[in-house]
Amino acid sequence: MADQGSAAPGTAVEKREAPIPSAGTAVVRSDRVENPGFPPYRPRVSDLDPKKERQNERRVAWFFWASIIGTVFAITAYIAFPIVEGDMASVRLNNGLLGLGIALALLSIGLGAVHWSKALMDGHDLVEQRHPTRGSEETRARAAEIFTLGNKESGFTRRKLIRNSLIGALAVMPLPAIVIFRDLAPAADPNALLKHTMWEKGMRLTKDPNGVPIKASDVTLGSVFQVIPEGLYDTEHPLEEKAKAAVLLMRLKPEDLHVSPGRESWNYDGIVAYSKICTHVGCPVALYEQQTHHLLCPCHQSQFDITHEAEVIFGPAKRPLPQLPISVDAEGYLVAQSDFHEPVGPSFWERVHD
Amino acid sequence: MTDTMERPSTTGATQAQEGPGRGMRFTNWAANWVDERTSMSGLVKELGRKIFPDHWSFMLGEVALYSFIVILLSGTFLTFFFQASMAPVEYEGSYAPLKGLEMSSAMASTLDISFDIRGGLLMRQIHHWAALLFVASIGLHMLRIFFTGAFRKPRELNWVVGFVLFVLAMGEGFTGYSLPDDLLSGNGLRIIDGMIKGVPVVGTWISYLLFGGEFPGEAIVGRLYTLHILLLPALVVAAIGVHMVLLIVNKHTQFAGPGRTNDNVVGVPIMPVFAAKAGGFFFIIFGVIALVASTVTINPIWNYGPYDPSPISAGTQPDWYIGFADGALRLVPPGWEFQLGPYTVSMNILIPILVLVLFLLVVALYPFFEAWITGDKREHHIADRPRNAPMRTAIGAAGVTFYAALWAAASSDLIATHFRLAVEGVTHAIQALLIFGPIIAGVVTHRVCIALQKKDREIALHGYESGRIVRLPGGEYIEVHEPLSDFERWKLVSFEEYQPLMVRPDARGRITAGQRLRASISRFFFEDRISPVTQTELEAAHSDHH
Amino acid sequence: MRTESTSPRRSRGRGRRSPLASAALLLVGLLATGGVYAAFTTAATAETTQRIDALADEGEKLFLANCASCHGLQAEGTDAAPTLIGVGAAAVDFQVGTGRMPMAATGPQAEAKPVQFTDEQVKALAAYVATLAPGPAIPDEKYLTGEGDVAVGAELFRTNCAMCHNVAGAGGALTEGKFAPDLHNVDPAHIYEAMVTGPQNMPVFNDLNITPEDKANIIAYLTYLDNNSSPGGLDLGGLGPVSEGLFAWIFVLGAVVAVTVWLTAKSN
Repeated sequence: MADQGSAAPGTAVEKREAPIPSAGTAVVRSDRVENPGFPPYRPRVSDLDPKKERQNERRVAWFFWASIIGTVFAITAYIAFPIVEGDMASVRLNNGLLGLGIALALLSIGLGAVHWSKALMDGHDLVEQRHPTRGSEETRARAAEIFTLGNKESGFTRRKLIRNSLIGALAVMPLPAIVIFRDLAPAADPNALLKHTMWEKGMRLTKDPNGVPIKASDVTLGSVFQVIPEGLYDTEHPLEEKAKAAVLLMRLKPEDLHVSPGRESWNYDGIVAYSKICTHVGCPVALYEQQTHHLLCPCHQSQFDITHEAEVIFGPAKRPLPQLPISVDAEGYLVAQSDFHEPVGPSFWERVHD
Repeated sequence: MTDTMERPSTTGATQAQEGPGRGMRFTNWAANWVDERTSMSGLVKELGRKIFPDHWSFMLGEVALYSFIVILLSGTFLTFFFQASMAPVEYEGSYAPLKGLEMSSAMASTLDISFDIRGGLLMRQIHHWAALLFVASIGLHMLRIFFTGAFRKPRELNWVVGFVLFVLAMGEGFTGYSLPDDLLSGNGLRIIDGMIKGVPVVGTWISYLLFGGEFPGEAIVGRLYTLHILLLPALVVAAIGVHMVLLIVNKHTQFAGPGRTNDNVVGVPIMPVFAAKAGGFFFIIFGVIALVASTVTINPIWNYGPYDPSPISAGTQPDWYIGFADGALRLVPPGWEFQLGPYTVSMNILIPILVLVLFLLVVALYPFFEAWITGDKREHHIADRPRNAPMRTAIGAAGVTFYAALWAAASSDLIATHFRLAVEGVTHAIQALLIFGPIIAGVVTHRVCIALQKKDREIALHGYESGRIVRLPGGEYIEVHEPLSDFERWKLVSFEEYQPLMVRPDARGRITAGQRLRASISRFFFEDRISPVTQTELEAAHSDHH
Repeated sequence: MRTESTSPRRSRGRGRRSPLASAALLLVGLLATGGVYAAFTTAATAETTQRIDALADEGEKLFLANCASCHGLQAEGTDAAPTLIGVGAAAVDFQVGTGRMPMAATGPQAEAKPVQFTDEQVKALAAYVATLAPGPAIPDEKYLTGEGDVAVGAELFRTNCAMCHNVAGAGGALTEGKFAPDLHNVDPAHIYEAMVTGPQNMPVFNDLNITPEDKANIIAYLTYLDNNSSPGGLDLGGLGPVSEGLFAWIFVLGAVVAVTVWLTAKSN
C-alpha cells in the first residue's frame, strides 16, 4: 500500500525528486575509465557489393522454395507410405518420411528468415533509452492519492468492524473448496486396506501371470517364481490386490537359511516366499541373484539378503521384506499359512498403529 | 518508443516515390480497419521499434517459449485420439507383441496413436522431445540469468516468475509422462505413491485421495490428464504472460560494450530485424524437434507394455528433469526410518524431499539474498561477465555440482554397467560427491574467476602479449605488447566492484546480530576481489611504456 | 570321490566294448531268431551310442586340458570353481559356446567373449559333462526357431526377465559389479540354455516354471525385437529416459545453442 504520509487525502500532488538509490557496498570511483562510445559500423558484403546482395536475396528465396518442397514431400509421404497393419517397418517409414518433410519445411522457413534478417535487413544497432522502473513522482503521488481517497470514501481502515469481519469471511470462505475433495477417495479408512492383502490360510501360490498353481517339487534349487495368489484375476480389483500381494518364491538349501525364532515353520524345506513390494517406496524387488541370495530393487538399489530373512544390506530401504508363511496342501501344492504378519510395501505413518 | 534514436538510413527512401501498390493499399486498409476498432496503432508505436540486444545466450528463453508452443500444437493433436481412462480393454491394434493383452484404454489408445494413426507416432515423439527440450532450455536459461546477475533489481520478481515456470514445467512433464499408463510410468507413479505415504501424519490420506482409493486404482490417469491439459497449461500460459510483460517493462539486459550504458539498450529493433530473427528461430526450433522426432525414438511404451504392479524393468528412471529427485532417494544410506511411539517416520523419504525443497527455495530466493548482502538498491541493466562476480559464480558452480550429483545418482545403475563398476561403489562415490563436490567446485571456480580477472586486468593495462621479443638499444630484451583499442578495453574494465560491509552501530549505538551476519557473509563474498582498472592506472601504465 | 569318479568311467568302459558286444548280439540274434528287423535296430542304437561315446572321450581330453585346473580332474569342483557334476550339457554349451568359459580373469562374473573352441569341441565337452550325471540337455531345435506367440513371450519376458535384462533386452546392473547382459542377437539356444541352467547368478527357470513352449515364446519375442528395428527411429540403446535425456541435452540442445550463436553473430 502506498505511503500515506506522502500525500494527505485530497491535497494537491506534491512534487518531489525520486530519491537516489543506495549503492550499498559497491565501490563508486571518480576515475573510472570513460565509456569510449559506439564503435564505427562495419559494413557487410551485402552493403558494399550489389552482386552479393542479389546473391543473398536469391539464397533466401531458395530457402523458402525448399520449404514448399518439404511440405509437398510431407503430404506425399503421408499418402504414399501408409501404415500397413501389423508392419512396424511401415510405421517407421511413415514416421521418418513425414517427419523429415515437415522438418525440411520448417527449417527452411526458419533459416531463410534468419538469413534474410542477417544479410539483407538494416544491420545498424539502434539505441533506446531506459527509464527508472519506478513510476514518476507525479504518478506515484497520484496513485497514493487514489488509495487514500479510496480508503477515506469507503472507511476501510476507520470501520474496523467491517474490515475485520470481511477478512474473517474471506479467510474461511475457501474451506468448502477443500472439504468437497473428500470424496476423491471412498469413505473407507485406507489404513485398514493397507494392512491386509488377499493372502489367507490355504490359498495356493500360483504363477504370474497365468495363475497355474505351484507344487513344492516344481521349485528346484536356484529357482525363482513370480507368484500371485490363486484367483487373483477373479477379484473385483485385481491390480490393487496384485499391488499388495505379489510375492517372490525361491528355494535355497535349508542350511543356508538363518531362521529367527517363531518363523521356523514359515518356509517349506528351503522354499521361502517374500513380498515383492519394496519397503522403501514400493517398486517390485524382483532381481534375485541365485548364488549370493541377494534381492536387488532396480529403482533405488536397495538390497535384501534372503538368507537372513530379507534384511536390508544396502540402499535406502530400512525394513526387511515381509515374509509370507507357506506350507503345502494335501496335493503337494504350495499354499499360504496366513496373510503377511505385517503391512507390505512402503512405510506409512500409521503402519504399526492399530 | 519515441526515444529510440534512428540512425540515418539509406534504404526505403526511394520506394515512397511511387504510389502504393495493390498489396500496400490492402495493408493500409486493413491496418486502418483494425486500428479504428482497437487503437492497435498505440501498441505498435510502443513496441514496434523496441530494441532487443543481440547475444546468443539471450535466445535461450525463446527456445523454451517456442518448444512450449510446439508442445501445445502437438499436444492438441494427441488429445483428439487419447483416451484418459483406466478402464480395461483388450488391445487389438497392430503391435503383435501386445495383441490380445488386457490394458487400460489410456495405454491402448496411446498404442493406437503410435501404430494405427498416420503421423500419430510423429506427434507423440515431437510432443515428448519438445517437452524434454522445454525443461532443458528453461534450465539453461536460468543458468544464464544466474551467472550474469540478470536477476538483480529490478528483475528479482521476474526471476521468481521464471522459477515458478520451471516448477510448473516439471509438473507438466511428470503428469504427461504418467498418462500412457505403461509399465515405466506406472512404476514411476508407484514411487510417487510411496513418497507421499512417507509424509508424516497426512501422507496415507493424501495418497488415498490422489489415487481415488488404493494404488493404482482407476482414477489417477484421468485426474493427471485434467491437470496436464487444463490446469497446468493455463498456469504456464499465465506465468509466461506475466514473464513477458515484465520483460517489456524492465527491458532486456545487455552485456557491457562500447557505447552501452546502464541507461540505454543497444541492439536491433523488433520491426523488422528481431521479428524476422525470432520468427525464423521459432521455425528452426520446431524444425529441429521435428527432425529429431522423425529419426529418434522416445518413450517406446510398446516395449514397456501395460502397467502391472508385478513386473519392472532394469533401468527404471524418470525423465531427466525428475532425475534429481530420484537420485536424492537413491543416495540415502540404509536405516533412515524410525518409530515415534506408534507412528512410523520415514526419514529415508522425508530427508530427500526436504533437501529438494530447500534447494529449490535457495534457487528461488537467491536474488533477495544477494541484494541483502550488497545492500545495492540501484537498478542493474548491464549483465555481469561471470568472472566479475566470483563468489556468485562460485555459488552457482556449487549449486550446479550439487544438482549434477543428484542427477547422476538417478542413473547410478547405468553408470555402473557402462563403466564396468559396482553399483554400490557408484552410489558411495556420488554420496561423497554430493557433499564435497560443491565445496570443491565452489573453491576452484572462485580461484579461476579471480585468475581470469587478473588476466583481464593485465591485458587492459598492457595489451596482449604478442610473442615478439625486441632488443632495446641498451641491450635489454622486452616482449612487445599489442595495445588494445578503447573499444576492446572497455569490455574488460567496465564492471561493478563491491567491498566487504563494515559493521557500524545503528542509531541507538547497537550492532544487531543480523548486521553482524550480513557483514561476515559480505566479507566471505568480497574479501578476495580484483578492482577494475581505473583511468589513473591506465595512464600510469601507458607512460611506463613510452 | 573315487567311487563317484569311477562310475562314469565304467559306463563309458561298457561303451568302448560295445562294437564287440553288438557283433556278438547280432550273431546271437541272427542265429537264435533270424529276426532281421530286430537286429537292424539294435545295430543302429549301438552305432549312435558309439558316436556319443567317442564324442565324450574327445570331450574328456579337452576337459582335462582346459577345464580341470579349476573344476577338478573329475569335475568335482575346487575352491576356484564349482562342480560340474549334474549341470548338464546345456550348461556347457552355454558357458563354453558363448565364450564365458574358460574364464580369462577373475572378476565379478564370467563375461561373453570370443569362443575358444570349435562347435565340435563344444559339443564334445558338453557330451562329456552330460555323462557325469543327469542334467539339462541341449534344447530341441523345435524350441529355437524364433516362431511362437510373441504376445505371450513378451508378457513372460516382462514378468520374469525384464527386471534384470530390461524390457528391451538391453541388460542392467546387478549387485557388486555384476550385470545382466544385453540379449540382442544372442543365439536362441544360448537363451534357452541360460533359462534352464541359471548360469552364475541368474536364477533357474525350469520347465515347470516356464514350460519349453513358453521358453520358445520368449525366444520368439526376443527374435521379434532383433528383427524389427524401433518404429520411432534410432532406439538409443533401449536404455530408457537416461539416454533420452542425455540425447536431449547434448544433441538437441547442443544443436539449438549452435543455432543461437549463428543467429546472433554479425553477418560479414
